[in-house]
Amino acid sequence: MAKSRASGRPFRLFRNINAKLAAIPMILTAMVVFVGFSAWTITYSFTRSRLLPKLDFVGLGQYERLWASDKWLISIQNLVIFGICMLVLSFVIGFLLACLLDQKIRFEGVFRTILLYPFALSFVVTGLVWQWILNPDFGIQSIIRGMGWQSFTFDPLNDGRIVIFGVVIAALWQGTGFVMVLMLAGLRGIDDEIWKASRVDGVPAWKTYLFVVVPMLRPVFVTTLVIVTAGIVKVYDLVVAQTGGGPGIASEVPAKYVYDQMFLNQNLGQGFAASTMMLLTVAIIIIPWAYLEFGGRRRG
Amino acid sequence: MKASFLIGATVTCLAGGVQATEIEVTHWWTSGGEAAAVAEFAKAFDASGNKWVDGAIAGSGGVARPVMISRITGRDPMGATQFNHGQQAQELVEAGLMRSLEEVAQADGWRDVVHPASILKSCEIDGQIYCVPVNIHSQLWLWLSNAAFEKAGLPVPKDWNELVAAAPKLREAGIQPLVIGQQPWQAGLVLQNLIAAVAGPEIYGKVLSEKNLEAVDGPEMAKVFEALQTARELSTGSNVQEWNQATAMIINGTAGGQIMGDWAQGEFAIAEQVAGKDYTCLPALGMGEIVSTGGDAFYFPKVDDPAITKAQEDLARVMISPEAQVAFNLKKGSMPVRGDVNLDAANDCMRKGLDVLANGAIVEAQDQALSADASTQFNDLMIQFFNQPDMTTEDAKAGLKDILEFDS
Amino acid sequence: MADITFEGPYGRRPRSRISAQNIVIYSVLTLVAIYYLIPLYVMVVTSLKGLPEIRMGNIFSPPIEATFEPWARAWSSACTGLNCDGLQRGFWNSVRITVPSVVFSILIASINGYALANWRFKGSEVFFAVLMIGAFIPYQVMIYPMVILLRELGIYGTLTGLVLVHTIFGMPILTLLFRNYFTTLPEELFKAARVDGTGFWGIYFRIMLPLSVPMLVVAVILQATNIWNDFLFGVVFTRPEYYPMTVQLNNIVNTTTGVREYNVNMAATILTGLVPLLIYFVSGRLFVRGIAAGAVKG
Repeated sequence: MAKSRASGRPFRLFRNINAKLAAIPMILTAMVVFVGFSAWTITYSFTRSRLLPKLDFVGLGQYERLWASDKWLISIQNLVIFGICMLVLSFVIGFLLACLLDQKIRFEGVFRTILLYPFALSFVVTGLVWQWILNPDFGIQSIIRGMGWQSFTFDPLNDGRIVIFGVVIAALWQGTGFVMVLMLAGLRGIDDEIWKASRVDGVPAWKTYLFVVVPMLRPVFVTTLVIVTAGIVKVYDLVVAQTGGGPGIASEVPAKYVYDQMFLNQNLGQGFAASTMMLLTVAIIIIPWAYLEFGGRRRG
Repeated sequence: MKASFLIGATVTCLAGGVQATEIEVTHWWTSGGEAAAVAEFAKAFDASGNKWVDGAIAGSGGVARPVMISRITGRDPMGATQFNHGQQAQELVEAGLMRSLEEVAQADGWRDVVHPASILKSCEIDGQIYCVPVNIHSQLWLWLSNAAFEKAGLPVPKDWNELVAAAPKLREAGIQPLVIGQQPWQAGLVLQNLIAAVAGPEIYGKVLSEKNLEAVDGPEMAKVFEALQTARELSTGSNVQEWNQATAMIINGTAGGQIMGDWAQGEFAIAEQVAGKDYTCLPALGMGEIVSTGGDAFYFPKVDDPAITKAQEDLARVMISPEAQVAFNLKKGSMPVRGDVNLDAANDCMRKGLDVLANGAIVEAQDQALSADASTQFNDLMIQFFNQPDMTTEDAKAGLKDILEFDS
Repeated sequence: MADITFEGPYGRRPRSRISAQNIVIYSVLTLVAIYYLIPLYVMVVTSLKGLPEIRMGNIFSPPIEATFEPWARAWSSACTGLNCDGLQRGFWNSVRITVPSVVFSILIASINGYALANWRFKGSEVFFAVLMIGAFIPYQVMIYPMVILLRELGIYGTLTGLVLVHTIFGMPILTLLFRNYFTTLPEELFKAARVDGTGFWGIYFRIMLPLSVPMLVVAVILQATNIWNDFLFGVVFTRPEYYPMTVQLNNIVNTTTGVREYNVNMAATILTGLVPLLIYFVSGRLFVRGIAAGAVKG
């Protein structure tokens, strides 16, 4: 009989041949692009390559320089702050908004569209607009001062200590709507019976949400986590458009460090060393998790 | 000229380029004045019976460069591409991806007409010329707002020291004495200017071009670092990002001075300000007759198609021709690369620059002296210095030595 | 930060009709909606002002004298280099890039998802895990090896090459979505078709694909937006005759010297974003429905 999809019997090469053929693009992408290119990158991170890749090995030289670089350390610190803020705030705000929208309210479509539309705009646009709004001379600060509160100061983009939060504000505006929609979709999938049961038992709504609904939404959270985290690690365009890494180098991020090293400094080896560190970090976090999440038996 | 341009274009359309060879030219000149300047080249080139296909991409380092490198290493090169002359394109040349212009240069005697000679030198690798320098931008200028000094009741300074002396009064009048944008390269420019002006062109050459670490420890450089400390004090409180925002503060009189390259003139011109009356320009901070020879150059990737090869030569000749040099540089606000052309239409500041170029000391620009890598580190170091009041000049000096040592 | 936390405390009881609670819900949502609309408002208002008015300050004030000139300029006469024909030059290129890239990348990813969900073979999950890690690699690192790969395949600088690049980099997230979606479809459907002797492709085209319309909508929206907004790949892997609209946008917005025409910048920005925005406005509902269908069970 046809082999069931969950069966764990030994396979021969020609078993399931169509599926294997169909998976060739994926296999090639995974092996050639993601594994192959990464291996290529890692190899060249041990070289002195500048404008063009050259196999002129310098051992760990690039890594020593990387970890001695203030710019890189600032980049990592910024990514950590940005990442934590983004994950926590976009999940919390996204979930709360989804819950509000899920109250069988009127004009749901209008609200949802308004919350989601920034996601259609590129990071470049987002960065540019928020650069304006946060500009002290004609943005929020000047408006509030104009209303008579002269001592009001809100100028994150010109203050190196808090500039990364200015970037968070813009990123949240752009991305929270998408998180909200994912959560909302999850809530729509929750069986009505659960609400009825909890009401019959007299459980308060917030308890139902926290202890029943949230665990049920785990798969949605996982998908969202992957998408949001991938966006965080890769954040580049937004920073370039909004702050250019400034003031000074206060809002540098790792992806920008990599890119700048490759093309602005023309120091490929250094850029590759930085990207290898990023890759390594991601792999250390993802591989065990992916193994548990996707590698084991699939839940029906 | 227009007629032949039209004919050229028609021929291309009808015959698919039997006579007119299309050549794609990549560059990052997209703003109004820049585009008008490039148009002069395109016009002259089209008049030579070829066709200029424009591949403008804004954003010099971050955006345009990956495009150029990808296209060239992807073996689908453009016909010609802009680069800052200096060390940036060297590897492409060494990898055999760019063509040598030596034959054209010898036939037309470039080595005789290009002035200063050093600018052609930076196109030369192993005795062969690989690029056409098209303009000179000096980065050694101090721009002063006459209105700001008037408001503070002071005469307009004649050099850096007078600006420093005027600073307290400017502060009292609510004017920012020195404005520096927050992009790292602008901070780099300050040190570059201070080395040239305070320590002089000789030390400048020793430190930046020769990477002589002893010179960094010398007494002249000690004065430079002192001046750097002063510059930090003068610039405290300036809160702008981009250089043209900083220039805007000079224009509207809210800041006293800005250290910036000669491209700042474009901003004054657009604001309809007159040199000498509304603003003052001082080469090398008013402390000497020095210009630096930064600027742009065009490189020509190697291609097999003989028609394109021929068109590349035509383009190179057009770019260095006296007529195109005058037309281009007037619009660009830069100085021509040959000494035998006449720029009567140039404004006061540019004429000062041309004078210095003809008679004064000439130093290499940062791009020529340092590798792209070292240059960026240099800028990063400076912006950190300006943003961290607790960073000492000793730290800055140590950082500078590291960078120079690494680069030599 | 201060302006986010106002979204703080609010009730979240389902389906009760107490009006006080509804008032809280609506006012919170309205406040949030206003916050979300402010940037769009700023963009539109600025794009309708003349430059002198913009220099006067206040970005929030409505235009004293509305002008559509910046829009006209952005669309048809703004210069990028020597070509002074605005964004229109890139519009059709963007379409030419986006349509095949979207179709091709979704086709491949849905087949991946289908194979991963229903026809698992030894190692299939490993490849999937690799794809998931790939989602976290900054694209920029891949530029050099990608140029080499495309060059060796002989498709560097062509539209085919760019479509391939979009397919590759869109694959991780899309495959994840499709895989999750197909696992939620009832297994009985699949088993019944197998009993009838339908093969891999038969089941895919006759059963799975028609059933995956909600997910297809989501994928189309995501991909169309991403690819339409893409700048880096469009400029690095093609030649000027294929440059998408975002290249012109970059050239208009990103000029390093000279005056910044903020009104034209904003108009150009909105014009470039119009296609994805329209897609969202028109199909926002389908988007939620599609994700609801696919994302709940993983």
